[in-house]
Amino acid sequence: MFVSYKWLQDYVDLSGINATELADKITKSGIEVEGVEKKSEGLKGVVIGHVLEREQHPNADKLNKCQVDIGAENPVQIICGAPNVDKGQKVAVATVGAVLPGNFKIKKAKLRGEESHGMICSLQELGFESKLVSKDYATGIFVFPNDVEVGKDALEELGLSDEVLELGLTPNRSDALSMIGVAYEVGAILGREVKWPVIEKEESAEKATDYISVKVEAKEDNPVYIAKIIKDVKIGPSPLWMQTRLMSAGIRPHNNVVDITNYILLEYGQPLHAFDYDRFGSKEIVVRRAKDAEKIVTLDEAERTLTPDHLVITNGSEPVAIAGVMGGADSEVKNDTTNIILESAYFAGTVVRKASKDHGLRSEASARFEKGVDPARIREAGERAAQLIAQFAGGTVLQGTAEVDELTMEPAVISITLEKINKLLGTNMTVSEVESIFKRLKFGVELDNETFTITVPTRRGDITIEADLVEEAARLYGYDNIPTTLPTGAATPGHLTDYQIKRRKARRTLEGAGLYQAVTYSLTSEEKAAQFALEARESIRLAMPISEERSQLRLSIVPQLLEVVRYNNARQLDSVALYEIGSVFFKRGDQELPEEKEHIAGAITGLWEAHPWQGEKKPVDFFVAKGVIEALFDTLGLTDQISYRQAQINDMHPGRTAEVLLNGVVIGFIGQVHPTVQKDLDIKETYIFELSLKALSEAEVAPIAYETIPRYPSTTRDIALVVDQATKAGDIQIMIEEAGGKLLKEVTIFDLYEGERMEQGKKSIAYSLKYFDPERTLTDEDITKAHEKVLEAVKEKAGAELRG
Amino acid sequence: MMQERLLELQEEALQKVTAASELKELNEVRVAYLGKKGPITEVLRGMGKLSAEERPKIGALANEVREAIATEIEQKQKALETAAVNAKLATETIDVTLPGRPVNKGNLHPLTRVVEEVEDLFIGMGYTVAEGPEVESDYYNFEALNLPKSHPARDMQDSFYITDEILMRTHTSPVQARTMKKHEGQGPVKIICPGKVYRRDNDDATHSHQFQQIEGLVIDENISMSDLKGTLDVFAKKLFGQDREIRLRPSFFPFTEPSVEVDISCKICGGKGCSVCKQTGWIEVLGAGIVHPNVLEMAGFDSKKYSGFAFGMGVERIAMLKYGVDDIRHFYTNDVRFLKQFNHHEA
Repeated sequence: MFVSYKWLQDYVDLSGINATELADKITKSGIEVEGVEKKSEGLKGVVIGHVLEREQHPNADKLNKCQVDIGAENPVQIICGAPNVDKGQKVAVATVGAVLPGNFKIKKAKLRGEESHGMICSLQELGFESKLVSKDYATGIFVFPNDVEVGKDALEELGLSDEVLELGLTPNRSDALSMIGVAYEVGAILGREVKWPVIEKEESAEKATDYISVKVEAKEDNPVYIAKIIKDVKIGPSPLWMQTRLMSAGIRPHNNVVDITNYILLEYGQPLHAFDYDRFGSKEIVVRRAKDAEKIVTLDEAERTLTPDHLVITNGSEPVAIAGVMGGADSEVKNDTTNIILESAYFAGTVVRKASKDHGLRSEASARFEKGVDPARIREAGERAAQLIAQFAGGTVLQGTAEVDELTMEPAVISITLEKINKLLGTNMTVSEVESIFKRLKFGVELDNETFTITVPTRRGDITIEADLVEEAARLYGYDNIPTTLPTGAATPGHLTDYQIKRRKARRTLEGAGLYQAVTYSLTSEEKAAQFALEARESIRLAMPISEERSQLRLSIVPQLLEVVRYNNARQLDSVALYEIGSVFFKRGDQELPEEKEHIAGAITGLWEAHPWQGEKKPVDFFVAKGVIEALFDTLGLTDQISYRQAQINDMHPGRTAEVLLNGVVIGFIGQVHPTVQKDLDIKETYIFELSLKALSEAEVAPIAYETIPRYPSTTRDIALVVDQATKAGDIQIMIEEAGGKLLKEVTIFDLYEGERMEQGKKSIAYSLKYFDPERTLTDEDITKAHEKVLEAVKEKAGAELRG
Repeated sequence: MMQERLLELQEEALQKVTAASELKELNEVRVAYLGKKGPITEVLRGMGKLSAEERPKIGALANEVREAIATEIEQKQKALETAAVNAKLATETIDVTLPGRPVNKGNLHPLTRVVEEVEDLFIGMGYTVAEGPEVESDYYNFEALNLPKSHPARDMQDSFYITDEILMRTHTSPVQARTMKKHEGQGPVKIICPGKVYRRDNDDATHSHQFQQIEGLVIDENISMSDLKGTLDVFAKKLFGQDREIRLRPSFFPFTEPSVEVDISCKICGGKGCSVCKQTGWIEVLGAGIVHPNVLEMAGFDSKKYSGFAFGMGVERIAMLKYGVDDIRHFYTNDVRFLKQFNHHEA
C-alpha cells in the first residue's frame, strides 16, 4: 500500500511530524514502512508552460517548433518531437538548467538548425512509470487542464513533491489497505482524531429502483449488493489532483468515472464497479455462481471460461462481471457512456480468491475482497462515489439504491483483565495506560474494576481473541518499553539425545579423518533419485515440481556428492574428500508419510596424502576409504559387529566394492565408482560409501570396561601363507582367530605378495600372531601348541600352505 | 730424584692429554702413563731402593700423580665425546621453516556450525533438541499451527506438495506441534528444533528451494513477552557479539499472537546506518511471538494455565550475516574452497 503524506492529511492532522518521522513511528508500532519516496528529489526547473504557437520544424518532418510562455518575460522557442503537442496546451516544460530523472540536465540546444530552449516533457520523462501514465498520454507529452497557472512548478502540480510511504502489510492488517484505515492507525499512534470525508447527498426524485433491480442467488458469497444509478454523466478526464493521487498510489488514471471508483477504493478500501447502464443488457442484476463452461469477455478483452467455482454478476442471462475480480467488456464505461450503474458490494474472500487465481487476475479490488472489506463502509463508499461522480462527471444521482442487504456483522466484544495483559507481556502497565491505548485505537472501552470489555470496530476484523488485544496493547505501549527477563520456571536438564550425540561423534570422526561436510539438496531428478540406493525401494515424486532436476526425493546421497566432486574437479580441485549426513526418503503407502532415514555418505578422490617436498604422495584407494569408515565404526564402538562382503552393485566397480554388514545385516556399501560412470560424470577415480546412520546408531554397544594392562611379556610368531588368489584375507583372519584360542590376542597382516615369483593363481599373505596370557609368562610349549592348531586350521579350511 | 721424576712424568702426561684431539689418542696416553708397563709403575718398582722414611712419601706422591692424570684424562674424554656428538649433530641440521607433513583435516559445513552453536547455547539454558520428518502431513505443517485449509498463506504454488495431504515441510514448526502433542498438555516444554525445510522458490542469490531453520519453543506457566525478549537478547549476544542490541517490532504469524520481528543492531555501522542494514541501523534476523492460544489448545495445552513463546530463524541468513556470505547458493554448491574457510574456532 502506497500512502501519500499529503493525501493522508485529509483524514488525520499530521502537523509537527514529517513523513520520515511518521514512517519511523508506523514501523515501530506494527506496520513496516518499507520506504519513503519523494519523486521530485533531485529534480528541478520544470514549470507549467503555455504553447502559444506550434509550427512544423522547417528541416524535420517529425519535429515541431513551439513558442512557449513559461511565465518569463518572453516566450521561449522549444523544439518538440511529441506527436500530440499543439497550440493552446498547458504543458510541463523543463527549462534550460532543469534536472530530470537520471541526473539529465537540460541545456540550450540546436536541433536541425533551430534553437531549443528547454524540453516539453512526457510523464515518463518526469519519472512516472509507463504503466501509470494514462493511455491518452502514453506516447506523447502530458497536457494539463487549462486552469493551471503558467510559470508554476509543474512537479508540484503533478504531485511529485509529495512523499509516499510504502507500507509492507502483513496479511492480518488489511484494515490498512485504505487511506481511512491508515488514518486510524496513525491516529492511534499519535493520539489524534480521524476525519471522515463529508458526503453531501443530492439526489433526484427519480428512484434507482425504477431503473434496476438486484437479485442475489448466492447469498453466502455475496450478502450485500448495493446498486446506485447516476444519469447523464459526461465522461472525461478526472481532476488533476485525483489523477496525481491515483498515480501516487500506483493506479493509472482512465476517465472520471473509473478514476472515482478507484479513488474510493483507495480512500475507503471498498472496491466499486461502474457498469454502462445502457449496455448492461437488462434492468436486473442477478448475482450467482457461473455455469459450467459459461464464457465472458473481460475488460482486458480476454475471453474467459467460467466454472461454478466462480461468482458472477449477470444481467439475468449473461455474465457481465466476474465478481470482485474484473468487469466485462460489453458493459464497460466508455467515452460515450451517459448512464451508470454503480456497484458496491461484499464478495466473500474465498470465491474471489478462487476466480482471481484461476484466471490469473490479481487486482487492487480482488486483493481487498480476498482479505475481507469492512462491512460498515460498503454503503457509504457507494454514496460518496455517486456524489463525486455527480460533482466531477456532471451526472444526477437517482434516489436511493437497488439492493440486497442481508449482512449481519456484529462487532466483536472481548473482555480482558489488566492482569492478563501484564502477565503475558511481563509489563506493569496501569489501568489508565491500557485504557488510553484502546481509546486511541477508537475501540469501544468499558471498564469494570480492572477488566476491560472492548468492542472492536468491524474495520479491525483481525481482532477476535484476548491475545489480539494484548498485541494491540504491546505495540502501542512500545516493545522497547517491555522489560528483558528470562523464564523462571522449574529447571529442565538440557541435553542431546543418544542419537544426536552419535551423529555429532560421526561428524567429528569424519572431519578428523580429513573429510569436509557437504550439504546438498534432497530433491533430485528421477534418474538420480534411485542411483546407488542402498535399498531398492520406490522413490517419491512431487506433485508440481519446479523442474525435472528437482522433482524426486532422493533414495541416496551419493549422486549428489558425486555432483559436488564433478563441480570441484571442473575447477582444478582434484583432491576432494567429502561427507554428508542427511535424510533419504522411502515411499510407503500413497497416503502415508514416507520412511525417512538418515544416511552418512562420503566421496573421496585425488591424493589422500601429499607431502611433495619429501616426495610422499598417495592417491586415494579402496583401503583409504575403508580406513575412514573403520575409524567411524571404532568411534561408535561397533568394530566387532561390522563385516565386509565383496559385492556387485550397479554403477560400482565390479571388483572393488563391498557391502558393509552390521551383525550380518547389510547397512551400507563402500567402493569405487564404476569407471564408466566416472567417465560420464567427468570425474577422476572416486571412492564412495553410504551407510545407514539410523542402523549404526541403533546397534547395541558394549559399555567400556577396564582391562588389566598386561604384566607378562607377549610372544609374536609370524607366518606366511600361500593361498588361492580368490581366498579372502578376512576369511583367513577369522579362521586364525577362531583356531588360536584365548592365548591368541592379536592378528595383523604385515605383507601381501601376488608377484611373479608366486605360482600362477596363488598369493602369499603374511600374518603376525601375538600370544599372551595375563596370568603368566607363556612357555614355548604353550605357544607351539596354540600355533599348531592355527596352522592346521588354515591348511584344512583354506588349503593354505606355509611359505618356505 | 724419584720425586722429580714423578712430577716430570705428570707434567709430560698432562701436556699430552691437552694435546690429544681424538679419543684414540687419549686412550694411548692413558695406556702409556697409567698402564702396567707405564713409567709411573716403573718408578714405583724402584722404590725398594728408598729409605723407609721416603718410601711412603714417594708412594703417596705417585698416587697423586696417577690420580691427577686420570682425572684429566676423564675430563678430556668427556669433552671429546661431547665434541664428537656435537659434530655429528651439526651434520644433522635441518631447515625448520620447511612445511610439516600435512595431517588430513576436514571441518563442519558452515550451516551445521551455526546449528551446533545455537543448539549448544540453548542446551546450556535447559533446552533439548527436537527433530521431526522433512516430509510432513498437511495437518502438522499447517492446520495444527493455526493455518486452516482456506488460509491464503497455504498456496500450492508456494509449497512442494506430494499429495493433497502430504508435503515437504515449509518450516520446522511442525516439530513444535508434534512435541507439544507428545507432552500431553503437561509443561514445561523447552525445545530447539533445527532442520531442513522446503519452499517452492527458484534458486537465486537470496532464495533457495531448500534451506534450514532453527525454531525454539518454551511452554510453561507464566511465560511472557519479556522472557522472549531476554532469551533472544542472550542469543543475539552469543552469536553476534556482546555489543549487539536487539529490537522487537510488531508483526504477524498465524501461530503466534502477539507476533514480532526481531532485529539486531548492525555491526558494520554500529547503528548509524549503512548499505548492509539499508540505512536503518538494524538487521532483521528472526520472527517470534507468544504462542497462539489456538495452537496451545490444538496440542492439548490449557491456554488459561500455560503460555509460551516461540521463535524461528533461517540458518542461512544467520550464517550469511555472521560470516558475510553474499550468495545463498554457496551453501549448496559445496565448493571446497568455500567449505575450507569454516575451519577454526572463533574467540
